[in-house]
Order: sequence, then structure tokens, then C-alpha cells
Amino acid sequence: MEAVTQTAAAPVIHIAGLGLAFEQDGRRTQVLQGLDLDVQPGEFVAIVGASGVGKSTLLRVLMDLAAPTSGTVRIAPDPAAERPMAMVFQDARLLPWRRVLANVAFGLEKTKLGKTERLQRAREALALVGLAEMADRWPHQLSGGQRQRVALARALAVRPSILLMDEPFSALDVQTRESLQDELVRIRRETGKTILFVTHDIDEAVYMADRVIALAGKPGEVRAARVIDVPRPRKRGSIRLNEIAQEVKADISSEPRLRGADFVI
Amino acid sequence: MSWLRAFSNHGSLPLHYRPTLYAAAGLALFLLFWESVPRLGLVQSSLLPPPSALPEAFLREFRSGQWSHYVGLSLNHYVLGFLVGSGLGTLMGVLTGMSKSLEWLLAWVVRLLRPIPNLAWAPFAIIWFGVDEANAVFIISIGVFWIAFFAAHGAIRSVDRDLVEVADAFGFRSGPERLFKVLLPAATPGILVGVRTALGQAWMAVVAAELSGVSGLGSRMMQASSLLATDIVVVYMLTMAALYGVMDAGFMYAQGKLLKWKP
Repeated sequence: MEAVTQTAAAPVIHIAGLGLAFEQDGRRTQVLQGLDLDVQPGEFVAIVGASGVGKSTLLRVLMDLAAPTSGTVRIAPDPAAERPMAMVFQDARLLPWRRVLANVAFGLEKTKLGKTERLQRAREALALVGLAEMADRWPHQLSGGQRQRVALARALAVRPSILLMDEPFSALDVQTRESLQDELVRIRRETGKTILFVTHDIDEAVYMADRVIALAGKPGEVRAARVIDVPRPRKRGSIRLNEIAQEVKADISSEPRLRGADFVI
Repeated sequence: MSWLRAFSNHGSLPLHYRPTLYAAAGLALFLLFWESVPRLGLVQSSLLPPPSALPEAFLREFRSGQWSHYVGLSLNHYVLGFLVGSGLGTLMGVLTGMSKSLEWLLAWVVRLLRPIPNLAWAPFAIIWFGVDEANAVFIISIGVFWIAFFAAHGAIRSVDRDLVEVADAFGFRSGPERLFKVLLPAATPGILVGVRTALGQAWMAVVAAELSGVSGLGSRMMQASSLLATDIVVVYMLTMAALYGVMDAGFMYAQGKLLKWKP
């Protein structure tokens, strides 16, 4: 595996020695341990690994929805952004009592924006995900893919510096998933957001990301980090992408490295 | 799309109306049976007035102004008792649903007070409020309180934690923010189930409260029955059924508006 050194300026996300354990019925479970990760501004990083390896927990820690038991997490968001982060969950988690537009405007209600501005912003975000004409629908009237687009619009509407995505496309059928992947790549190109994307789908990770981090083990730790050196636009299922996917697969099932080994993410 | 609906209903029109037809037939049979029991002399008509005697009894009661007087009094008790009881019950249910420590604090108090029937409070109601409107309102609101309390508590408790997490993720982390952004809207269907039950329960409490002497439908019924004017008693029984029907229909209409997001 390649050791990758980032030379850019200060990372937008800096995680060092992150550990998280929780206690249940008197038994202590270590979910994450000694996890190091730096994400550069504007980078699209995918985190892959089997279920239960702590991928989602990592995002929850970043979002301050879970408290780490050890290590440091530093976020240095783009000062031009209005919020440091916004999250898209695995299931869209739209609020069923709000119409689509009001769902997209949800996060904006935390800001000082007036109602007209909020709705205007929500409309723009909805247009960005291609659902402008669905503004007046109820969530239950949408397909799974449309719901996930609305959730993406809700996250984009607050103009975050970093977009955290927790297996957002895993519950969708193949066609919908692939079209949403292309949408996300386009939106990322247009908005320049930093994206941290968790998935168990290696092909998805390799197709979209600039860098793929393989998590494995119990507790979960970084096994490998690979730069996807394939120019965009990428061709789905190309030989090079498939090769990298195979390598990532091998990373995940590899033996744990000795601690202190000389690799930098 | 109305043509589509008309089309799809067309073939099943008789089937569509069949439940209504059956219901009407059942009611007619019931009235016929009721009418025949006193008519055939199986029971004295002073013990069971036939339905045919009721319109006249109603008109008598209505023309003398008694009907409107007593219905007005009872409606007043009903509305106040319902609002106070379901309002406080919902408030407490929401608060204990949101705060574990408050729930623990009140757990044994609830267990202690919950089993006491609202009518058992009647002696205290008389001592505290006298034979007065406040007495009836008190008894009615106790009866309604617990229904609203448990419904609201359960509804808040069963709100999808994932949605609360969404509120957290977008920065709505204070109690009031969580309450108004997620918990309350999500719990509204459950809270309304309690409110609807309370709407019916409050009528039972009205009669019970007024039997203890506070002026209203209940006291008028007791008066009439002591004079063996059973037709008047039945007039008020049906009055209550009608009032409840109207209120329930009004409630269902309002609920439909409030929950129009429900699939």
C-alpha cells in the first residue's frame, strides 16, 4: 500500500488517537481505538469497512452526537461557510409533518434569516438536487431516492463547510443509487464542499472519492488509505477503478498493522 | 382525478353503501323492538317510555326553556372541565415524557393518585367548592386528566429517536427547541387519541358530577326520574348522545386539518 503524505495547508478535519467506548450491562465495548485521520479542505474522503466497525460512530463524534472517550478532534471549517458541518443520514429522516420545502428549510430555522429568505434558500437547495417541482409534496409522497435527495438538500441549505454522509445511498436500488452518486459528484464539483462519506460499498467509494480510508477490526482502526488517482469524469467500472477496489478489499481484510508503524494517512 | 374515482366506485356502488344500509336497518330494528316492548304491555310505559313518546316530551321540555337552560349549564361544565383536565394532563404528560427525572419523581405519586375514581373526590369537591360550577369542573377535569396525561406521556416517549437526532444535528438542542421542532409535532397524533377519548369520558363525568347536586343535565335527570318522568330522562340521555356525536364529528374534522400530513 502507498503511504500518502498530504502537503496542503491546515486540514479541515484533524482526528488524532480517537477512541470511543460505551458501557452496556456492565460490559465495556471499545468501538473505535487510536484512530488518526486528516481531511483537507475540499477533499472527498470515503470511509469503507464492514458493518459495526465504527464508521457511523466516527461521523456521530464529528457531529457532536456522541462523545469520544479519548483522542482529539479538531474542526477548522471554511470561515466563509455558515455552519461547520451538516449531516445526511442513512435513512432520509425527513419530518413527515413538513412539506418538502419546509423540510429543506428546517436547519435554516436555527439561523437569523427571515422566513422569505429561508424559503428562498430552501428552493435553491432543492433545485440543486433537481427536485424544485416537488416543493409542495409531503415526504410520504416521494420515492426513496427523492427522499434522500431532499435530505441532501436539507444539509446543503445551511451552507456547511463539511458534508458528513452516513451510508446515504445504501437503501436505494442500483439505478437510483448510481444516479445519486453522479449527482453528488456534480454537486461537489459545483459547491467545492469537503465531503466525508461513509459506506460499505467499496465500488461506490472508489468511484466518487479522492481518497478511500479502510477501517477494520474490533475496535475499528484505520487499515489503509488510498488516493484514487483516476482523473474525472470517471467511468464507472473501469479497469483502473476495479483494480483499486480490489486493493481496498484486501486492505479491509488485511491483518492489523503494528501500532507505531510508519504510515501516515 | 374525479372521473377516476367515479369509475372505480361505479362497479362497487351497492357494496360501498352496504355498511350504511345495514347500520340504518339495525337502528330501525332496535327502535322497533324498543317501541314494541311497552306497546305489547311487556313493561309499563312509565318504566320504559316508547320512542314515539319522545318527540312530544322533548318539545314540552324545550318550550318551557328547561332544556336549553340545563344543556347550557352542562355544556359550560363540560367545556371548562375538559379544557382544564386535558390541558393540564397533556402538559404534565409532555413534561414527564421529556424528562426522565421528572417521571421518576412523580412515579409513585401517579401510582397513588391514579386509581382513585374521580367521583371519590366528590366529598372534597363539595367541601372545597360547595354545590357550585367549580365543583363539577373539578370532578370532570380529574376524570379527563389521566387520559390526557398517559396519552401525551406515551406519545412523547415513542417519538422516533432518529428524528430527535436530526434536530440535534441541525443545532436544535435545547428543551424548547426539541419540543417545538420535533417532539410535539411528532407526538400530536398520539396526544389527539387521548384528547378524543377524553372528549367522550368528559360526558360521563358531567353526569356523575351533576348527580351530586350541581345544576345541569344530570340533576335534571335525577329530578325527572324521582317523578317517574322517564320520557324526560330518555330525552336527556339522547341529548347527550347527540352532543357527543356533534363534538366528535367536530373533533375529527379539526384532527383531519391538523394531521393532513398523515398518509
